[in-house]
Amino acid sequence: MTQVEERHTIAVLVDNEPGVLARVIGLFSGRGYNIDSLTVAEVDAERSRSRINIVTHGTAQVIEQIKALLDKLVPVHRVADLTIDGPSVERELALIKVVGGREQLVQALRLADFMHARLVDSSIESFVFEITGASDQIDAFIHLIEPLGLTEVSRAGVVAMARGPASLGRDDS
Amino acid sequence: MSATSAMPRTEVQTQPLTGSEVVLKALVEQGVDVVFGYPGGAVLPLYDAIFKQNSIRHILVRHEQGAVHAAEGYARSTGKVGVVLVTSGPGATNTVTGLTDALMDSVPVVCLTGQVPTHMIGNDAFQEADTVGITRPCTKHNYLVKEPARLAQVIHEAFHVARSGRPGPVVVDLPKDVLMGPAPYTPKETVRHKTYNPRVEPQADAIERALDLMAEARRPIFYVGGGVINAGPEACAAVTDLIRRTGFPVTLTLMGLGAFPASDPQFVGMLGMHGTYEANLAMHGCDVMVAIGSRFDDRVTGRLDSFSPGSRKIHIDIDPSSINKNVPVELGIVADAGRAVAALLEGWRARGLQPDGAKLGPWWDQIKAWQSRDSLRFRQSGDVIKPQHAIRRLYELTQGRETYITTEVGQHQMWAAQHFKFEQPRHWMTSGGLGTMGYGLPAAMGVQVAHPDALVIDIAGEASWVMNMQEMSTILQYRLPVKSFILNNSYMGMVRQWQEFFHGNRYSESYMDSLPDFVKLAEAFGAVGLRATKADELDDVIKEMIAVDRPVICDVVVDRAENVYPMIPGGAAHNEIKLSPEDDAPVRGSEHGMVLV
Repeated sequence: MTQVEERHTIAVLVDNEPGVLARVIGLFSGRGYNIDSLTVAEVDAERSRSRINIVTHGTAQVIEQIKALLDKLVPVHRVADLTIDGPSVERELALIKVVGGREQLVQALRLADFMHARLVDSSIESFVFEITGASDQIDAFIHLIEPLGLTEVSRAGVVAMARGPASLGRDDS
Repeated sequence: MSATSAMPRTEVQTQPLTGSEVVLKALVEQGVDVVFGYPGGAVLPLYDAIFKQNSIRHILVRHEQGAVHAAEGYARSTGKVGVVLVTSGPGATNTVTGLTDALMDSVPVVCLTGQVPTHMIGNDAFQEADTVGITRPCTKHNYLVKEPARLAQVIHEAFHVARSGRPGPVVVDLPKDVLMGPAPYTPKETVRHKTYNPRVEPQADAIERALDLMAEARRPIFYVGGGVINAGPEACAAVTDLIRRTGFPVTLTLMGLGAFPASDPQFVGMLGMHGTYEANLAMHGCDVMVAIGSRFDDRVTGRLDSFSPGSRKIHIDIDPSSINKNVPVELGIVADAGRAVAALLEGWRARGLQPDGAKLGPWWDQIKAWQSRDSLRFRQSGDVIKPQHAIRRLYELTQGRETYITTEVGQHQMWAAQHFKFEQPRHWMTSGGLGTMGYGLPAAMGVQVAHPDALVIDIAGEASWVMNMQEMSTILQYRLPVKSFILNNSYMGMVRQWQEFFHGNRYSESYMDSLPDFVKLAEAFGAVGLRATKADELDDVIKEMIAVDRPVICDVVVDRAENVYPMIPGGAAHNEIKLSPEDDAPVRGSEHGMVLV
């Protein structure tokens, strides 16, 4: 089996019960697997289901293990590997703060406009931008704005979904 | 079963049950007849309810670790779920080793732990511990029951999770107020669990592909593990039938001993670090490997990159995460071992296949040549008792009896696995995955509770045995005639062996100084103490041990210098086996191997 490490985005539908996130994270930390990004929120209040999106990397063997181990957890309904199950769309949201003089802030605003980031807070000496997009778009924006007085980044982590009609959470599994 | 027959109550019947009564009622409905436990503040309401009923027998252990091992022994010798009841805080933390042991060896156990009242959780209350947090990585699943309405359902669910799929331990943490307050009873669910329903049926096309591979094989081997024993006696019978109908050789893992009769000529012995020469070389040289309920662990595979390099591997396991974990296989089949083997048998018959002497002949000739090396040989001469000889004699003198063997962990465990022959499943209980010293005595206690009339023997080393010797008191209390057969070499033998091989004979802290006089110790516990120090005393001592209908501690003083052979050193391949001290093949202490345990 190949030793090349691959990046995978895995979506997990779980019962929203105490400790469920600890079970998922404990599985990764206990076995030395990587979590590059993690998002979790309730997606079905009526049936009390949450969705966890995990971006991880590892060899094909490790990725297979991760999915099998996640699927074994008792409160887990479904596990989907969005990277290999078919085409998918991934988005991330970030808040980015820039502090600087007038000149820098004007430049930052121009850059934000160009990168489709929104200004969500401003003061005389600072801006906070909101940007949504694929992770590499956000990386690019951060990289570009860095010399203009970047002081803080808050990223939400990756949320992802398969393209097309296939659905993770609306059948009765 | 109605509430009244389960729990005679003096109150008016319309009065709701308490949480404690609901727990007991659920246990009764789950078929529980015995609980191993130790009381304490948080579980007093449950103990009060136990006092008022007669359906469930409580065995009072002397340490909570002993309760879990006893429940494991009970579970593994019966196929039922073992049940543990302990209090909060230290009661719960003391179960961690036992729970981890049960997780590694796939033993179904439900462990009920007391907890401080819900309103005090998180306050660092007296005897409070974050039990679900602590036990999360050492259980298959765990629960903290905060709502009385969920209580009965959670207990039923815990049993379902513990026994389904790959079995394992489940903890249910019960706050004291939930146990004391009223709670509704919900009967055992007959509906499917909403998320946990492991796949048990094999895919038909996978079975066909497996049959194709098996039919073509010229150097096949079955590699069968404890999963088959967990799948039940019917699964073991089916596996035995399949092995005989194919004519293939079979090797068993430490946990799989008894899944196939050891006396059958198709059995080539246990494999792995201390497995037979023929089993390991057959694994190394096979062209088709059929792994059933075994998990390719490091004690079995040795160095992974040279593990059975030329074989096409079929792996049947109920746990999807066991497949392709350590060794990539050509064909993984996620299924119950019994169902998968039944399907293979049906296909094998339907294809009209038979053991093919012409095709398999050269392979069996090769195996017989390996067998002629007699890799389990030892020389018993003179007065000093060889530990292998002691186990051989124990085996021979217990023939014709219903005998259950448990072990501690170390050299004696390996010698027992090599020299005691198991003909049927569920008669061999040992700590395989975790390697828990102190397992054998409490496990034997649990086995004896389940099989009061059977002969139950803990084959022990003196170092392991003292780790849980407080359970002698439990053994006495319940008049359990458990036999402790201690192979006493005054060392942590396996530690000493590794120090000899890999650390220049520097026996750092492995000598067991100041051991108790085991005969006097037996008397102090109200048991019978026996000792054999010379070879010609051995048989009489074993016979007396068997004949006495009381607990016995048998101190068998054995050769201190004896090592376990054959041995594949850590990080070595299956064909790098050291057969005996005289063997030319050096024990390879490679840098890579040294870091492995």
